[in-house]
Amino acid sequence: MAAIHAEHLEHPPEPYYSSRVAPPILGMFLFIASEVMLFGSFFTAYFFVRVVNGVQWPTPPFHLPVFVALINTCILVTSSFTMHWALQSIKRGNVWGLRAGLLLTFLMGLTFLLTQAREYSRLGFAPKDGAFPTIFYSLTGLHGAHVFVGLSILLFMTIRAFRGHFSPEHHHGVEIGGIYWHFVDVMWIVVYTTVYIL
Amino acid sequence: MQNPLRSEAAAFRFVGVVVVAAALIVGAARANTWFGLAVALVLVGGVALWYWHEPSPAPPPVEVPHGEHAVHRVLVIANETVGGRALSQTLIECVRGRPAELLVVAPALNSQLRYWTSDEDGARAAAQERVHASVAALGELGLAARGEVGDAEPLQAIEDAMRTFGADEVVISTHPVGRSNWLEHGLVEEARRRFDLPITHVIVDLEAEGA
Repeated sequence: MAAIHAEHLEHPPEPYYSSRVAPPILGMFLFIASEVMLFGSFFTAYFFVRVVNGVQWPTPPFHLPVFVALINTCILVTSSFTMHWALQSIKRGNVWGLRAGLLLTFLMGLTFLLTQAREYSRLGFAPKDGAFPTIFYSLTGLHGAHVFVGLSILLFMTIRAFRGHFSPEHHHGVEIGGIYWHFVDVMWIVVYTTVYIL
Repeated sequence: MQNPLRSEAAAFRFVGVVVVAAALIVGAARANTWFGLAVALVLVGGVALWYWHEPSPAPPPVEVPHGEHAVHRVLVIANETVGGRALSQTLIECVRGRPAELLVVAPALNSQLRYWTSDEDGARAAAQERVHASVAALGELGLAARGEVGDAEPLQAIEDAMRTFGADEVVISTHPVGRSNWLEHGLVEEARRRFDLPITHVIVDLEAEGA
């Protein structure tokens, strides 16, 4: 111990962080906080359009694919479960559980995005057709862009998992990507509830 | 306060909370729009309050270098009680019969508003004055001491000082029970849990000493 102390006095103290949250997780948290503000600005525009118009939503003659969006919602919520399963698996040392979980999450996310793109092509209205289509495409498109980013992260996580980069002791990459994926899921539930249902 | 995105597991739980809340809001809104709005407000407020009051996970014990030194190092954490006779007496007993070095740390206690606006000049200046007075008083008693102003959060102030001072022992000085904010927040118990060092708690009753 005395040797440790002597060395301690000869050099600057070991760097440490006082926030009690690991820096990568704190970074992801701050990033998500900024994302919440970004989504908040879009939701503000959306509610402004709805309240100011004071007419039926969606404004006739537009119709929203509520059922397909519901299926998409179920897919995305299920992908949160597989994401959680993946992380729990690697924490227990189950590498194949991690790989299967990440792969399933990626595939479900991809299904969500492709389904949304397919629905866009069948909606029958474009962003330039008025305030409603503009805000609809803006909100769902913003979320779609986040799903795309999440899929990119998931792709790297999956490749790394198959290369054996994660272990029960070292799985920060999965933890951080998982937080982002759940955030994307939460935002979709809010978008689906406010835009499609209410 | 519990951060709902603190970890993947916490974020996953939050997904479940949002799904249930969304289902309840949709159900209520189907019955009546205003009822739906009321349910939404109550749920959002309730969930926010729940996360606000949910205690944060306890931080892990802190490992800092310390051990047997030629000079016994004592870290003293005190604020208003820094000049108390009970504290001086305890320190004299702590270092009796052996060469010792004392570091007195006074956390720069501040109001919440000033803390959040980073307006801490006054708090630091007040803490600095107390440290000067305390070091001078300890010097008159023949104790080699130096002092510094610490973080507003006393546990953080202890940890900061331990990393640069390498203490062998910590002495925490507080007001008596009922008048001590630190005791109300369980400072001594939490310090004993977090730091693997002998920790002595001294109660200084300034009113009784002044009488």
